[in-house]
Formats: sequence, structure tokens, C-alpha cells
Amino acid sequence: MELALSPEDAAFRDDVRAFIAENYPPEMRVPNPETDLTKEQMLLWHRVLYQKGWIAPLWPKEHGGPGWSITRRFIFEQETSRAGTLPPLAFSVTMVGPVIYTFGNAEQKQKFLPRILSGEDWWCQGYSEPGSGSDLASVRTKAVRDGDYYIVNGHKTWTTLAQHADWIFCLVRTDASAKPQSGISFLLIDMKSPGVTVRPIITIDGSHEVNDVFLEDVRVPVANLIGEENKGWTYAKFLLGNERTSMAGIGRSTRYLARLKQIVKAEIPEGDPSHIEFIRDIARIELDVLALEATELRVVAQMARGIDPGPAASLFKIRGTEIFQNITELTHRAMGNYGLAIREHPVSANRFMPGPDYGHTASEKYLNSRKLSIYGGSNEIQRNIIAKAVLGL
Amino acid sequence: MDIQFTEEQELLRSSVQRLLRDQYDFDARRKIVATEEGFSRKHWTSFAELGLLAAPFSEDAGGLGGGLLSTMIVMQEFGRHLVVEPFMETVVLAGGLIENEGSPAQKGAFIPDLVSGKSIWALGWSEKGARYDVADVTTSARREGGGYVLNGEKTAVIGAPWAEFLIVSARTSGSRNDREGVSLFVVDRHAANLHLQSYKTIDGRRAAEVSLRDVHVGADRLLGREGEGVAALEACRDGAIAALCAEAVGAMAELNAATLEYSKTRKQFGATLGSFQVLQHRMVDMFIAHQEAISLMQHLNLSLAANGPGGSRLASGAKSKIGYAARFVADQAVQLHGGMGMSDELNIGHYFKRISAINIQFGDPAFHVLRYAQMDAAA
Repeated sequence: MELALSPEDAAFRDDVRAFIAENYPPEMRVPNPETDLTKEQMLLWHRVLYQKGWIAPLWPKEHGGPGWSITRRFIFEQETSRAGTLPPLAFSVTMVGPVIYTFGNAEQKQKFLPRILSGEDWWCQGYSEPGSGSDLASVRTKAVRDGDYYIVNGHKTWTTLAQHADWIFCLVRTDASAKPQSGISFLLIDMKSPGVTVRPIITIDGSHEVNDVFLEDVRVPVANLIGEENKGWTYAKFLLGNERTSMAGIGRSTRYLARLKQIVKAEIPEGDPSHIEFIRDIARIELDVLALEATELRVVAQMARGIDPGPAASLFKIRGTEIFQNITELTHRAMGNYGLAIREHPVSANRFMPGPDYGHTASEKYLNSRKLSIYGGSNEIQRNIIAKAVLGL
Repeated sequence: MDIQFTEEQELLRSSVQRLLRDQYDFDARRKIVATEEGFSRKHWTSFAELGLLAAPFSEDAGGLGGGLLSTMIVMQEFGRHLVVEPFMETVVLAGGLIENEGSPAQKGAFIPDLVSGKSIWALGWSEKGARYDVADVTTSARREGGGYVLNGEKTAVIGAPWAEFLIVSARTSGSRNDREGVSLFVVDRHAANLHLQSYKTIDGRRAAEVSLRDVHVGADRLLGREGEGVAALEACRDGAIAALCAEAVGAMAELNAATLEYSKTRKQFGATLGSFQVLQHRMVDMFIAHQEAISLMQHLNLSLAANGPGGSRLASGAKSKIGYAARFVADQAVQLHGGMGMSDELNIGHYFKRISAINIQFGDPAFHVLRYAQMDAAA
């Protein structure tokens, strides 16, 4: 399904498509880009996009964005995702960058924005804490003012790719006596600061994506405070709005569905009675994707006309994650007995995996995608948001 | 219908419970899985000493005569503790085949070492492209001299890297997918020209692809009648399904208990998780799923005990229904534990993975619901 595009926008789409085909680094085409690449390999595409001036579609031109319309931003998102490119690190470009240029001071903009664009700084997100998952306002990490510094103590968890990070943006409590939302501040912390420790968390798929980050008497210059003290909740909510926009994941779902069809064709003979079941299940998911894509296009068209999409992001998050979970589950099921095997991490070509190549990541993807309905505000929370904000319940 | 356990059965259950409570908590299990070999011979010996490996066999064969119900009792407890040792492969699969199909000489030769814990067994029935069809066999067994020569590949043989003996299906006549013409053979795992490629499974076990290139076995290694292996494997599968259903029921019990406990202590938005109605209803559905699974598990075991395994439509029905129920419980247990449910450190994700593997072994819930429907149409 396509947006009705003007000739100019259609030409733009062709340019983007050609650019990806010519410039996407072949080293990044590995079985599972999310777990199999080194930090340097992950940054290859980031650098290519930076050189081209396309690294930050969301950003205004004055801060280094390409100055695209909503429609073009959407086209870019669609093309990169259909082509299966690994998106540049969201924590840097999509999350903290916009917070800094929207709420930061001139000095902060000058210091951080160019390094985010170039990929010199790798950012991670210090939101979740043990006991404080979807309920972000309950953060307990404390920042106490001491002259020109804050002394920060606390424990952040589920911190994605913190093992590579140069900086972490944190929600910290600066006023313990205020109501939960009003005593929170938004602080930027150098990961090299004394007192910062990163401990890996291994997830059920065996991979190391997330971490605990311990902050022990970490001295953070007051200059690293974003906006006003105790106003961090406002900035955090602004950022979460960005986090949830691309969660429909249409491109990804479309690619994985196409692969699933190939797998079913190869693994399950047409004479097998379960063949028709797979065909039917795939068709149902395809219709789910179609309906979500149509919804996304409708919202994009409305946004292009200046209409506020409201909590559409919550709808995208719920359905996008449910659809992808269904696809990974069906793919795992299609592999039959080979679904018992799982690659060992760190991944090595020397370790034996049974069955055809296309099934080697089926188990880990199936297990890893359980996280989708939990992170970024659980799907239960997203339903609460729609109930309250849309239905008025 | 509710099984009233005899005094002996209660005793079996409490002794398994005690052993696992003392020796097989989640931390001990983690250490076992992380070892080079991936399972614990020490624990295997403890199981043998307690009589668990002998429990289901008839007294004539050197067992304790506990039958299917003793396996059900043991597997429920093993499910609660995520036991990785190859009880299923050795006792239920190989033991069941030897007892039902073996000659007196074979029983005498194999069962004593099996129940004493000396020999571990694995069953290679599946092949590339065969999915869950036990009749889809291309591995061949050619008569030569006084014995047979085996050639072919067996896939996803769980426990093969640990085993002293394998039972493999091979075709003595007919062509691929024929019900007739498949025979079962006992093969030494270290036999010449038998090669394993080992790997880890999602539930912390070990499996292997097994290749046989001119592997010679004597005529005394033919298990059961030549050409009638499919019926033997189908009966074996019924028993295996009964055991897997019991294991799933045990895992569900632990998941529900842990999730309920967590929901009473974990606070979000100033209230315990358990105070949110949407989650209360979710946990009620998990409870119902578990109750139904217990009932079907008992129903299946009683039915197989009365009618004997083989051609059981109910086995497919239970495998499907309990598989879906267990999957629902596991999904929701992970979801309700939030990030912790994704962590390798907590037991919840490991139950999820074991249930996912149970759902693959001997056919997934979709395969079995279809088989259940087809058997009705054929009746």
C-alpha cells in the first residue's frame, strides 16, 4: 500500500531507494543485526547517513535535520525499514537529541547535538529502575545538589546497549517531598564518570542487549541539567511520544512475513494437512499488517494536514508488537523440530546449528520478541492511555 | 473423575518432591545446565537410587510396576523443577519401547542397566522434512550377513550427546511415508560410522543430528518385529505425550504460583499489580487453563492405562489443548513479570522455554488438533 505521492515526493522515494541499495554496508547484513554486530559495525550505516545529511529526519534544519515534510519523513522511514536496514541508534537521534534541542540551553545544544549527529557519542536511556517499570514517575534514583554538582545515587535497569554508551540520559529525583511527577529532573551523565558501573543482563534468548547501570556517588555538573530542576517529567513525556511513533513496524513485519512464506514453502509440503493452516494463519497476519498500515497512512495524511494524531502511537505500539510476536511465533512453529535449537551467544560460525540457514534465528527471535509487549510502556499501559485519552473512561 | 492416589503413589510423589526440594532448586539447575556435559550424572544416580527410573516398569522386567501413573507423578514434579536429565528419553521413550517391543533377551540385556542409572538412552525418530510424521523415514536398514547395515540421518535427537544407546527408526522395506516397512534398531552411540553433531536446545538441553554411514548392527539389535516400527512408535508417542502433558502441568503450577505471588507484592502506580482488575481476570484465566490441563492430563493417563497406548485420539487432543493452555500461561507469566520475565536470571523465562520445547516435541498443538479432527472423520 502506498501514499498518493506528488511527482516530487515520488522522485524523492526513488532517490532514497537507490541510495539505500548503493550504500547500505554489506557487513551489516548478518543473520541477526540486533545481536551479531560490534559497536563499530552498528555505526557504519549511521555514518553513511550522516555524510548524506539524512541521519536525523525528525530534526529541524537549524540543528542539522534535512528539513523534510511529514510525508517525506514517512517515506524515508518506510523505505529504510522495507529494505531491512538497521535504524540508527534511537536513544541518540530520536530520543535525547530532540529533548536537547527543544529544552536544552545554547551551550548544551552546541556541545551535544553535533556529536549525536556524527555518531561520536552513543547514548543510552536511564529511565527504568527495579520496581519502576511502566510507572516511570516512581523513580528513586536521587540527585542531591552540592555546589556546582549533583551527587547521584541509584540503580537503572533494562538499559539497552549501555555497554557501548558514552552518555546516559537519566530521570532522577531532585525533590523527594514533591508529588511523584513534580520532583523529577532530566540529567545527562557521562558514562566515564567515577561511580558508574554497567552490569550485563542476559535475556531468555541468550543475548546481551540490556544492562543494569549502577550510579554510586556520581558527580554530575549542574551544567548537565536539561531545562529546569523538577520539570523533568515534562521532558520525559515529550521523549516517550517520540519513542512510540515508529512502533507500528510495518516494514519489519512485511519483511518477516515474506521470509515466513518462503520458509513455509520450503519446509511444509503442500500435501501436508498443516500446510493450509499455515497459509491461513499467514493470510490473517497479512491482513492485520494491511489494516495497521492503512491506519498509519491515514494518520500520516492527517498529520500532513496539521491534525494532531492524539494517542495513535499507543495503537501502533499495541498492534505493531502483537503482530510481530505472532510472526516470530509462526516462524518458529514452521521450523518444526529445528525450533528446538538455538544459537549460542556470542555468536560464532564455529558452533554447529542444525537445519537450513533461514531457520537459524527463529528461536532467538521468537524468544526475544516477548519483550515487545513489555518495554516502552507495556501494552497494558498503552490500553490504559487509549481508554483514558480517547474513550474518556 | 479425580484420581485418588494409592499410598504407594503418594509415597512416590512425596519422595520425588523431597529429593528435588533438597537437590534441585533453580540455582542448582542453573549450575547443572552450565556444565560442560549439560546434565548431572550425580543427580541421575540419585534418581536411580530413589527408584524413579524403575518406577513404571513391570515387576517382571525388573521394575516397580508403577505404570503410567507413576510416570505422571514423576513428570509433574520434574516439570515444577525444570529437570533436564533425560528421564523422558531414557525411561519413557527407550524404556517403553524395550518393554513393549523387546524380546526377553533384550529386556534382560538392557533394562537392568537402564533402571540402575548405568545407561542413558535417546530415540532418533525424526528426519529432515518429516516434521512430526513418524512414518516419514528414509534412513535405510539393509540386511547383510547376520545383521543389518544402517544409512541415513536422524534429526533433533534429544539427549543423544549424553546417551550410551540410541534407538533409531530405519526402513527395511517400502518407500518414504509408507506405514509398513519401518523397523527399530538399538545402536551403540559410539558405534563405528555413527557421527553426532551436537547443539544446545532452547530449554537448556542437548540434542544432536545423527548421521549413520554403513553402521553395522547384529540381528539381535532389531527391536520388535521387522517392518512394524511405526505402530510401535505411535504407541511410544502416546506414552510420551502423557508424560509431556504431566510435565507441562507441573510447569504451569509453578508459573501460576509465582505470578500470583509477584502480583501481590509488586507495586506500580501506588497499588499492587493484583489490584488491577484487568490483571485479576488474566490470572483467573491462567488458573482455569491450569485446572483444565490437570483434568485432561488425568483423563488421558487413565484412558491409556485402561486401553493401552497406540492409536489414541485423546493423546492428540490432550497434547493440543494442554499445549495451548501451557503456552497461554507461560506467555502471561512472562508478561505479568515485566522485564524480569525476560531475564535469564529468573526462573519464569526458563519455564516459558521449556513449555515452548514441550510444544514442539512429538508435534505442536496445531498438528495435534488436526490429527484429533482427522481421527474423528476417519472413525
